[in-house]
Amino acid sequence: MSNDVLVVAEVREGELKKVTLEMIGKGAAIAQALDGVVNVVLMGSGVSPLADSVGRYGAKKIYLADDPTLENYAPQAYTKVLTDLIKEIDPAVVLLAASTRGKDLAPRVAARLAVGLASDCIGLEVQDGRLLITRPIYAGKAIAKVVEETRPQMATVRPNIFPAPEPEASSTAEVVNITVDTGDVRAKVIEILKEAGERVELTEADIVVSGGRGMKGPDNFILLEELANVLGAAVGASRAAVDAGWRDHSYQVGQTGKVVTPTLYIACGISGAIQHLAGMKTSKYIVAINKDPEAPIFKVADYGIVGDLFKVVPILTEEFKKMKAES
Amino acid sequence: MNIVVCLKQVPDTASKINIKEGVVDTEGLEWVINPYDEYAIEEALLIKERLGEGKVTLITMGPERAKEALKSGLALGADEAIHLTDDAFKGSDPYATALVLAKALKKIDYDIIFCGKQGVDEDHAQVGIALAELLNLPHVSVIVKLDISEDKKRAIAHREVEGGKEVVETSLPAVFTAQKGLNEPRYPSLKGIMAVKKKSIAEWNSQELGVSPQEVGREAAKIKMVEAMTPPGREGGKVFQGEEPGEMARKVAHLLREEAKIL
Repeated sequence: MSNDVLVVAEVREGELKKVTLEMIGKGAAIAQALDGVVNVVLMGSGVSPLADSVGRYGAKKIYLADDPTLENYAPQAYTKVLTDLIKEIDPAVVLLAASTRGKDLAPRVAARLAVGLASDCIGLEVQDGRLLITRPIYAGKAIAKVVEETRPQMATVRPNIFPAPEPEASSTAEVVNITVDTGDVRAKVIEILKEAGERVELTEADIVVSGGRGMKGPDNFILLEELANVLGAAVGASRAAVDAGWRDHSYQVGQTGKVVTPTLYIACGISGAIQHLAGMKTSKYIVAINKDPEAPIFKVADYGIVGDLFKVVPILTEEFKKMKAES
Repeated sequence: MNIVVCLKQVPDTASKINIKEGVVDTEGLEWVINPYDEYAIEEALLIKERLGEGKVTLITMGPERAKEALKSGLALGADEAIHLTDDAFKGSDPYATALVLAKALKKIDYDIIFCGKQGVDEDHAQVGIALAELLNLPHVSVIVKLDISEDKKRAIAHREVEGGKEVVETSLPAVFTAQKGLNEPRYPSLKGIMAVKKKSIAEWNSQELGVSPQEVGREAAKIKMVEAMTPPGREGGKVFQGEEPGEMARKVAHLLREEAKIL
């Protein structure tokens, strides 16, 4: 077994997602502790151009699986390509993003290799030559420290936890083309339905503006969208707003929705039920706006405003607009 | 059409989780069907109703109390249940759980296998997908819509991904993991609750499944818990009230810039 770390690049719509860089940075630290190097595997169709930018972040080798048969994600196809590579290069650690794709691919690969997999990790330290992994359980109500007995040690990594390294223009990685054999594939993507609007994805956003029952209806979300536009933020919703049909489930933040770790989370008209907190309480800063001074959200907010969000939010938007114009 | 739903009994999501001596204390917790498994059960029942035929079988690997979860599922309208239970299973990791489920499934007929996308206790989100791999079946995870073809040999699923949805076509049999939004789970009717008495709950142990104790349980776990801890607490900060909304908004905006360095 080598002492190397293999990072599975997260690519969507031809773009390298920031979590890939975060994994390369963390992977490099792990590799150094193990006396190995960090390598990256890039899978998809037409992804070769991304190899250059990946190289600048510290990867030693880039294994390139660029093939039309990999254009759309298919579990069995990607599982075969990745497990074939893992069996060939025998890494000590394999990291994937805890994205929809990573969370779909990693378990199938782990099962094929009959190894353990730690999901949605927020800490990866090397202790006594192996990973000491930190991951949330019970929707983040508890934190588990785990180790893996099998090799390679596999983990899916939560976005926005580890810092992305700075690129070095002079860094290059060796590109190794791998032959792609997707094997027997019985489930295939036949269409992709894109959501209207060009907003940043909730789980990757640096700032999230979120609305709850206090929004009183779907149309009022426009206030949050305006604030989000000024801040370059993603828009989220509580379970109450989603169950009322005001926003699609893909907007839901919380235990049965998405977990977000932004630098700033602005909760508007959200009471702060435990299940909602499960999705956002590790945000760096939390702002809460609610009419009810007893709302539990105020216990976790760094800055709280007890007031009418319909009056407060537009003024926040104005203030941020002014600040942006000044800077 | 044989539809199998793999479910797990978990602590209620409103439970306060206490850590005692480095492990999660499960004394006195209220146990329910894993919320994501409810979507799975509902979809199975909907398919059976739509097709006008079929059998819905529930399976769970768990201790004695897990029978209650099976009974709740039967009360919703499932036809029969299988309880996989053995002291040897205790402390199994996702791989071992999938292994046990796979051995059980190999003993019965199935066209569609449903799981919830993840158990809300340990949040691994692996078993359903690992199960598909061990049975050499295609899988589609986090589905929010499912349509079965007329000839019942194929299915088209919508799955939730970043920025939209993927529409996936798969041959059957296949494994699907259910995401919130797939359907609206029903409540049991009184008639359904009464009918549970007449439905069978088979009990299979490691011997009947052909599972060796070395393959399962705490000792065999590929991922081992070292310690469970309470997460760092979060303290409240500055709360503004009683002032003019605009004033409070301006103050917070400026604090965010000065203290939090936003913008």
